[in-house]
Amino acid sequence: MRGFDETLLDEADETVRVRFVVNGRKVACEVAPRETLVDCLRDEFELTGTHAGCEMGACGACLVQIDGRAAHSCLMFAVQADGARIDTIEGLTESGAIADLQAEFHRRNALQCGFCTPGMLVNASELLSQVAQPSREQIRDALSGNYCRCTGYEAIVDAIDAVAKARSAGGAR
Amino acid sequence: MDFEETAVKARAFSYFRAATIDQALDAYARAGDDARFIAGGQSLVPALTLRLQAPRLLIDIAHIAELRGIGREGTYLRIGALTRHCEMLSEPLIAEFAPLLHAAAPFVAHPAIRNRGTFGGSVALADPASEFPAMTLALDAEIEIAGASGRRRVKADEFFVDLFETALQPGELITAIYVPLFKADQRYAFDELARRRGDYALVGCGMLATFTSDRIDDIRISFFSVGNRPTRAKAAEAALIGFGLDAEHIAAAQAALEGDLAPPENDEVPPAMRLHLARVLLGRLLGRLGEGA
Repeated sequence: MRGFDETLLDEADETVRVRFVVNGRKVACEVAPRETLVDCLRDEFELTGTHAGCEMGACGACLVQIDGRAAHSCLMFAVQADGARIDTIEGLTESGAIADLQAEFHRRNALQCGFCTPGMLVNASELLSQVAQPSREQIRDALSGNYCRCTGYEAIVDAIDAVAKARSAGGAR
Repeated sequence: MDFEETAVKARAFSYFRAATIDQALDAYARAGDDARFIAGGQSLVPALTLRLQAPRLLIDIAHIAELRGIGREGTYLRIGALTRHCEMLSEPLIAEFAPLLHAAAPFVAHPAIRNRGTFGGSVALADPASEFPAMTLALDAEIEIAGASGRRRVKADEFFVDLFETALQPGELITAIYVPLFKADQRYAFDELARRRGDYALVGCGMLATFTSDRIDDIRISFFSVGNRPTRAKAAEAALIGFGLDAEHIAAAQAALEGDLAPPENDEVPPAMRLHLARVLLGRLLGRLGEGA
């Protein structure tokens, strides 16, 4: 890592090259420093399953996994994620890691318009990776940063609860 | 993408990822103070995208190894500034030696925010509604600061000056927070009243007390969401020191809060209501402390 180069100060509008591992693939692109990660994922990589909602960290529609942990892609500039491993809803879907959650959301109508669903799934996935048998209260707590304006949340909590029980009981995973 | 036509996009800035503290300080100085340090960015990024702030240069300090790590140093636990909120929940050293921070952590924002937000960043921002700045007061913590003139340590009591104003001077950054190790004769309690988990608290409080059997030898009580900065309830503390936690002394501490807190005018939560909530919360927490919390 070189020290600070003052000429950088006159290059605010220049793009910089960043590299990530997105959904298991090494990628690189040119971004303006002020471009958020959610815009980068959507515009540069056409990974439009990550949704830009409030763009201030309140609604949770933009959640992705950064180095394995859920994070708001609207609360990060793409340059900050340079070198990181990023998994979006597309990657989690492809790998089958959340197939049971997706099936259960579907079965219980835990979505209507679907705008919040990718964020809900990323968050639910993280919760179940940390707490094998969360109470309904713990599920609600974990979802406190994910807004759904359609369902009233009950079916979402039901779906996550059901998957938690199935995973614990069946050992299917 | 045309950023100028959309509402929530930051103004253009240059970005520099510092590898060392010295690189970060040097970059700040050479940007003519028109720079911001960014660590977790969970408060700064929205401030930038809403254009409440528009620095020329963003200095990323999140990869500076020196700012990481949690370890014992003498009678203190040194908590590196880059310690993430989620680590307050997962790190055994925090649970053992700074359990008040462990207790406060689940109340800080939402899980995904806790995965990125940092302890040092929270203390540096000094949001009067935030949990951790107030807890540094209750813990009698010391904040280690690096700047052009070297390192210094500031007691939490002297650190929080006014609304979002701290002892940090332009170009300085927090390197670590030193928390006195939790002892066997101490008890702690934390809680907050909020409309919804993860929302800003209407009022919140944390406390740390030292006991001889059931008598309080020393207690530090710190409130947040009650004014321009995290606030110690010194009159309430004085009403408790030397006594046991019986109904009479709990009531005396609750009454004393009037002299400690001056909640601001607010349409939704008028000062009298906030003071009332603070008293309710104080009573609950002292009750838990009496039960050996």
